[in-house]
Amino acid sequence: MTIHFVVHDEGDSVGVVVVEGLKAGQPLVGWIMDQDKMIEFTAVNDIPIGHKLAVRAIGKDDTIIKYGIDIGRAVANIGAGEHAHVHNVKTKRW
Amino acid sequence: MAMDLKNAGFEGWRRENGRMGVRNHVIILPVDDLSNAACEAVANNIKGCMAIPHAYGRLQFGYDLELHFRTLIGTGCNPNVAGVVVIGIEPGWAGKIAEGIAASGKPVEFFGIEQHGDINTIARASHAAYRMVKHASKLKKVKAPLVELWVSTKCGESDTTSGLASCPTNGNAFDKLWENGNTLVFGETTELTGGEHLVAARCRTPEIRAGFQAMFDRYQRVVEANKTSDLSDSQPTKGNIEGGLTTIEEKALGNIQKIGKKCLVDGVLDKAEAPTHSGLWFMDSSSAAAEMVTLCGASGYAVHFFPTGQGNVIGNPIVPVIKISANPRTVRTMSEHIDVDVTGLLQKRMNMDDAGEALLDCMLRTAEGELTAAELLGHREFSLTRIYESA
Repeated sequence: MTIHFVVHDEGDSVGVVVVEGLKAGQPLVGWIMDQDKMIEFTAVNDIPIGHKLAVRAIGKDDTIIKYGIDIGRAVANIGAGEHAHVHNVKTKRW
Repeated sequence: MAMDLKNAGFEGWRRENGRMGVRNHVIILPVDDLSNAACEAVANNIKGCMAIPHAYGRLQFGYDLELHFRTLIGTGCNPNVAGVVVIGIEPGWAGKIAEGIAASGKPVEFFGIEQHGDINTIARASHAAYRMVKHASKLKKVKAPLVELWVSTKCGESDTTSGLASCPTNGNAFDKLWENGNTLVFGETTELTGGEHLVAARCRTPEIRAGFQAMFDRYQRVVEANKTSDLSDSQPTKGNIEGGLTTIEEKALGNIQKIGKKCLVDGVLDKAEAPTHSGLWFMDSSSAAAEMVTLCGASGYAVHFFPTGQGNVIGNPIVPVIKISANPRTVRTMSEHIDVDVTGLLQKRMNMDDAGEALLDCMLRTAEGELTAAELLGHREFSLTRIYESA
């Protein structure tokens, strides 16, 4: 079984794609590391390896949680399964 | 089966000051940019020595100059170095650096170019290098317990796989080395932004915490005073962003995985400062790979752990740099740069303890002389940290 994406903690709003060539509409298997649970998902966009997908719907200005910790804020609505990166997430620092 | 670190050891060179080294380099060290050509000529004449050219050393002053001297002296004193030939445009500063290195007890000679010219200086310095390489080649390796190995860490061209796997692998190994009583260091001050509270919470005493916080806050003021809206694609870097990292907070939380789950911060160091006891140290430092590894070498660290996501290719002239990656694309396209492949972690084919042991095993082989990817590829990046403009 291939793991397509990994989530650090089950409270996180995003997971990380760990395979190359992931396509929109593809059924995905995810692994939540800290709780050692498997989840299933469908990708909404093509997402490159290393990039993040939202594992729940995120509203504009919501805090993005990864490692169970604040990593920044959404600057647009991000639907579950969508690509979350510099186009829709920004730092709260600097 | 878990590695028995208490009874583990390695064969290396015991230096005059008691420190254990894992390489036996004779280095030809320029004081300044003007002396690079002479140093490179000496290294070309005498086989078995190495010039370490760099860009600086003229018209620096104050703390910036103090750091220049401390970094060059520290590099010469590093236990991976058997002997040093120092060349400067004039003999005053060359002598000052040689004197600093001589305090460690190791062989050092210095030369100034003015009133001699390059050709005569190269001839005199080549005779010195000849004697020093001859001396170094006669030194015998001795056995030492693992606790005598000083290990530094800094990651580079990180991506999301760094925080998921290669940095936690580093953390697993650091937890084990810390419990074993080894001397360790991490740094990258701005790259803790968003996770600085986690590091502060790991400081052993309120005094250490205050020292860390003062260093962190000072560096934030530098960023605040000079930043552009996106920090010029430098933090995170273009490569980080290509690799899926979005914000400095996300990058920092991955970075901090390198200090594991158990290690406490036992002290703080200024740049290129040598630790005074064992344990994990935080060094206030740049997050640029070559600068940070250069500073670790100058502080006396003998082996470096370097997790990478997108494939930073860095090495160091005197410190073997061990690369760890969990990104399957990087391992596929840049395998010659990767020493420890932990891609299996992301597919549950490997657990974190196994990954940590694989890194420790590579560390021991490296300490006993096996060459790292960066050594094989000739990566000798030596980058001096500058604080402000020359006079």
